[in-house]
Amino acid sequence: MKMIHSLFLINCSGDIFLEKHWKSVVSQSVCDYFFEAQEKAVDVENVPPVISTPHHYLISIYRDKIFFVSVIQTEVPPLFVIEFLHRVADTFQDYFGECSETAIKDNVVIVYELLEEMLDNGFPLATESNILKELIKPPTILRSVVNSITGSSNVGDTLPTGQLSNIPWRRAGVKYTNNEAYFDVIEEIDAIIDKSGSTVFAEIQGVIDSCIKLSGMPDLSLSFMNPRLLDDVSFHPCIRFKRWESERVLSFIPPDGNFRLISYRVSSQNLVAIPVYVKHLISFKENSSSGRFDVTIGPKQNMGKTVEGVVMTVHMPKAVLNMNLTATQGSYTFDPVTKVLTWDVGKITPQKLPNLKGIVNLQSGAPKPEENPSLNIQFKIQQLAISGLKVNRLDMYGEKYKPFKGVKYITKAGKFQVRT
Amino acid sequence: MTVGKDVSALFPDVVNCMQTDNLELKKLVYLYLMNYAKSQPDMAIMAVNTFVKDCEDPNPLIRALAVRTMGCIRVDKITEYLCEPLRKCLKDEDPYVRKTAAVCVAKLHDINAQLVEDQGFLDTLKDLISDSNPMVVANAVAALSEIAESHPSSNLLDLNPQSINKLLTALNECTEWGQIFILDCLANYMPKDDREAQSICERVTPRLSHANSAVVLSAVKVLMKFMEMLSKDLDYYGTLLKKLAPPLVTLLSAEPELQYVALRNINLIVQKRPEILKHEMKVFFVKYNDPIYVKLEKLDIMIRLASQANIAQVLAELKEYATEVDVDFVRKAVRAIGRCAIKVEQSAERCVSTLLDLIQTKVNYVVQEAIVVIKDIFRKYPNKYESVIATLCENLDSLDEPEARAAMIWIVGEYAERIDNADELLESFLEGFHDESTQVQLQLLTAIVKLFLKKPTETQELVQQVLSLATQDSDNPDLRDRGYIYWRLLSTDPVAAKEVVLAEKPLISEETDLIEPTLLDELICYIGTLASVYHKPPSAFVEGSRGVVHKSLPPRTGSSESAESPEAAPSAGQAAEQPAVIPAQGDLLGDLLNLDLGPPVSGPPLAASSVQMGAVDLLGGGLDSLLRSDVGGSPAMGGSGFTAPGPAAPAGMGAPLGSGLGDLFDLTGGVGTLSGSYVAPKTVWLPAMKAKGLEISGTFSRQVDSISMDLVLTNKALQVMSDFAIQFNRNSFGLAPAAPLQVHAPLAPNQSVEISLPLNTVGSVMKMDPLNNLQVAVKNNIDVFYFSTLYPLHILFVEDGKMERQMFLATWKDIPNENEAQFQIKDCSLNADAVSSKLQGSNIFTIAKRNVEGQDMLYQSLKLTNGIWVLAELRIQPSNPSFTLSLKCRAPEVSQYVYQAYDAILKN
Repeated sequence: MKMIHSLFLINCSGDIFLEKHWKSVVSQSVCDYFFEAQEKAVDVENVPPVISTPHHYLISIYRDKIFFVSVIQTEVPPLFVIEFLHRVADTFQDYFGECSETAIKDNVVIVYELLEEMLDNGFPLATESNILKELIKPPTILRSVVNSITGSSNVGDTLPTGQLSNIPWRRAGVKYTNNEAYFDVIEEIDAIIDKSGSTVFAEIQGVIDSCIKLSGMPDLSLSFMNPRLLDDVSFHPCIRFKRWESERVLSFIPPDGNFRLISYRVSSQNLVAIPVYVKHLISFKENSSSGRFDVTIGPKQNMGKTVEGVVMTVHMPKAVLNMNLTATQGSYTFDPVTKVLTWDVGKITPQKLPNLKGIVNLQSGAPKPEENPSLNIQFKIQQLAISGLKVNRLDMYGEKYKPFKGVKYITKAGKFQVRT
Repeated sequence: MTVGKDVSALFPDVVNCMQTDNLELKKLVYLYLMNYAKSQPDMAIMAVNTFVKDCEDPNPLIRALAVRTMGCIRVDKITEYLCEPLRKCLKDEDPYVRKTAAVCVAKLHDINAQLVEDQGFLDTLKDLISDSNPMVVANAVAALSEIAESHPSSNLLDLNPQSINKLLTALNECTEWGQIFILDCLANYMPKDDREAQSICERVTPRLSHANSAVVLSAVKVLMKFMEMLSKDLDYYGTLLKKLAPPLVTLLSAEPELQYVALRNINLIVQKRPEILKHEMKVFFVKYNDPIYVKLEKLDIMIRLASQANIAQVLAELKEYATEVDVDFVRKAVRAIGRCAIKVEQSAERCVSTLLDLIQTKVNYVVQEAIVVIKDIFRKYPNKYESVIATLCENLDSLDEPEARAAMIWIVGEYAERIDNADELLESFLEGFHDESTQVQLQLLTAIVKLFLKKPTETQELVQQVLSLATQDSDNPDLRDRGYIYWRLLSTDPVAAKEVVLAEKPLISEETDLIEPTLLDELICYIGTLASVYHKPPSAFVEGSRGVVHKSLPPRTGSSESAESPEAAPSAGQAAEQPAVIPAQGDLLGDLLNLDLGPPVSGPPLAASSVQMGAVDLLGGGLDSLLRSDVGGSPAMGGSGFTAPGPAAPAGMGAPLGSGLGDLFDLTGGVGTLSGSYVAPKTVWLPAMKAKGLEISGTFSRQVDSISMDLVLTNKALQVMSDFAIQFNRNSFGLAPAAPLQVHAPLAPNQSVEISLPLNTVGSVMKMDPLNNLQVAVKNNIDVFYFSTLYPLHILFVEDGKMERQMFLATWKDIPNENEAQFQIKDCSLNADAVSSKLQGSNIFTIAKRNVEGQDMLYQSLKLTNGIWVLAELRIQPSNPSFTLSLKCRAPEVSQYVYQAYDAILKN
């Protein structure tokens, strides 16, 4: 039923640099169908995730410049496969610090051990980082030195304790000298702002990422000042759903280390404050090979916090040859090949608003571009959760020590687009 | 891992390393074995011992590793040696080993299915569903589902309320992947009433908040399916609808690949239940850097959700998209504007003005798309927006795509009377007639004919020119034919031509690309699978899905229906049920239609009125051809006035005589072991009133190795009947006529004829409800008639249904207790021996008789034509006229009908 038959890792130049088969071997030539689709899609991002071939189905994801292409032979839930592939990429990231072709090639033995451990006959086996790390220790320089001297191995020889308990995500016997629990409330604003500056669509995608280093089996409960904001949430399996339903308290025994506790969505439009505004004027003159470009970014509804890390990227129309601009703040680059304008603004100070303006040079003779480019804005606001979500308190049961607790808030731009 | 080098030569050396204590080395050796064992099967045997040893290692990690690797070695010789270790591991004390072993059974099944069945691993696997550890349960479910996929007919995953409860408990505690397996398995369950459906829904709902999107979508599938059973008035129904929206929206904030799959599924959900997402339009607004495959899907859903309330927003967005860079996307956006105009009448005007704005941009492909959709808007709202024609005509020259040209030509032809220079415009197209695509040529031909009919005076020359171009200079048969038709029409009867060519056109439908409801219902059952991505049922594209079971949504049950207890059914008896099974003509037609039209359609029955005509035609035709080929001679014989010598016709003779003998033996107290089985008296199956004077009564009988249907056809009309033929719909046991219906002479008014129609059981099989329902079509020279009847199950009891004693004992123990059904046979005064011999006449064999505490216990066996064994225990108390019958069978649904057969045989 749910069978991932084989996995191919392919880099951007189309080399298959790793393959793994869980059942019988499937020839590499099956990837030709993938290459065909890739060619048709032009951009790497546009390769369709599900491709059918005469005998197989290819389900792929694109992560960190690598295509993870899985081969499927029977009816399977594609989301199951896609989720799993992302999990594989996450695991590589976790083990090697980055999920790149070099990292994978350098650690090829561990990669195979991991893949073997993660999937058995096409059934996922162990995908929790906590468990995998007990089975296969991540490579460190120190450990590889020790191993080569003592002849010991990276592979754990006992059954991971969490594997079968009712809390498979946590290993037993955790010990720390400093017991700490940190929570990062990170909110991203996805928004589309139209020409006139009004909001077409806006929502907040929030997550609470946790770093928990607590000894023993701590039982935590996290409560909020305003839990009613959270009506659309996805939980880490450790959270007791009933408790949330009845009391709106997150009660859980945490995994050890870093993990995502919940992700949530706040959508009602009026709740979403838009922290920046953009004044823009982009125009191309009829029958002349130039145009004007003038953009100013300013702060708005930022609750008195500084907007920083502001970067604007614009995909200019194909007819644009180059741009002569002056920035009152930060620096800009224009790539004439990809036609991407990037303006690294930095911090916005309300007294002196950053502005970028100048002339756009067009290909002579080309018709006036029809489309107006959208402006993609990135920014960051520290110590603020834009939805207003606030942690009330964290209590710990089950253990005697007093942990060190910390909460950090940050708001970022997600897919934040201004149409011109 | 070996960078493509073949290192199989090192096999013996590597196998030597297998007994190492170093776990990493052991794992690597195992990896090597999996890759190369197939190429060196003889050498691989060397590894067997180590596997067997490792399966008994004190460390559960090593035991599990060994059993996992074993299953991956696809060498036939080895598999036999692995059964014993596997059996041990399936019962291992450590759940980690058990759960690994469960998957190994699926692997082994893939290599050698027979072996797995012979070794009884399937039953062990079924037992694991009740394991205390949720992980083991999940893996057992996964393995069973995989095996069941290659055995669609077996009821491996036979779910009942108890096992469902176990699964739901395990669901809360197992890993995310296990949850997916369990949810998908739950989706195949059919709750017995709406209360059960609701309680399952309640326990599945928390999964909607899971971080793993595959879990969420599988949960959505279960809920969408079971919701079908809930009454819409229920409060819970509304709550459930509300709960479904947020998780679906959340899926759209995930990675683009996940979004794509989610959107394809949302597309189905929106068509099935638009109310779920009607307030969430905005999340489908397109971002400029979405991948193209996401953009196109979002656009599609936006149109499906468009309504009067949100149309302004939607239009503003679509207009925005129409200025984007990507040509495919822009085209689709323009088309979407047209679809909105057609879907939401109030918005039509705004849509048209938006389209006109877009035409003003003069971007070539935008203009062309706009013209194509404006044509559809004209069709939908005739005589409303013709004022824009002038603007359209300005862009005539820029059109270079056939579809746009054809659309423009259609507009000119349709509104020729309002366009002053219509003839000039059309003439300009005519110049390059032969270079145009067929689509444009056909359209041009029609348009000019329309123009001629509207303005005959000035355009005679033009029409002649186009007719000669189409008929004489063209190689395209379609074009030529259409040209000739117009020519004839115009030359013979111009008034008729006007009526034909300028006839009022049917309105175009609101939504052009909706999925057909029956397919939609089937696809809803496949939410989250590849089928839902392709919007096709799996049978249409998955390789090797032989005999994929068509899934269908459960019927909605009211709580009143659910009150009907299942025990009530058998006691109601056959007679009471009979009238109820004769379905309305329309339903039956729908069913019989399937005879000719492929697989049964699931979901709501087709609208009877629309198919009725077609069905009659089709069947009539089918029967006609059948008649001609099989009994070709009979009409001619009838015509020559041949007088039939009654039932003495040679072919028909044997069977009725035989059945007569059977009756005789029965009357004499069932002494004859040679006799045929019990034959019920004939009943009227098709009353004359319903069949234009033809009355059919009949019964079923069984002689040694042959089944027959004994019919009496009576003509109660005033007209002679002839040309009889018969056909059966697919049924549970594949009953089909073994020979054509032989009526050797026309049936005169008030005459009857007795016929015995031999039957076989090799026809196509479809499970009917009730199981023994048989739908029959009979045709004569007057019409086709349909009726359905219930056949007694004992005509299917075969002569070799006697089981060995030992075998009986083993089988009785082997069949799970859930499959046991108990019935009471009341008012029967026979003693045990009489019962036994009477039943033997109908091929129910007594294997043993015991006397326990004054009661007689008869142990009996019988076998159905399709090989299903039924074991019975009949308890007879001398003082009590009520017998207790316990039936055990692997297919418990037959029990009730076997009981009916017992009852009928014993009481006659």
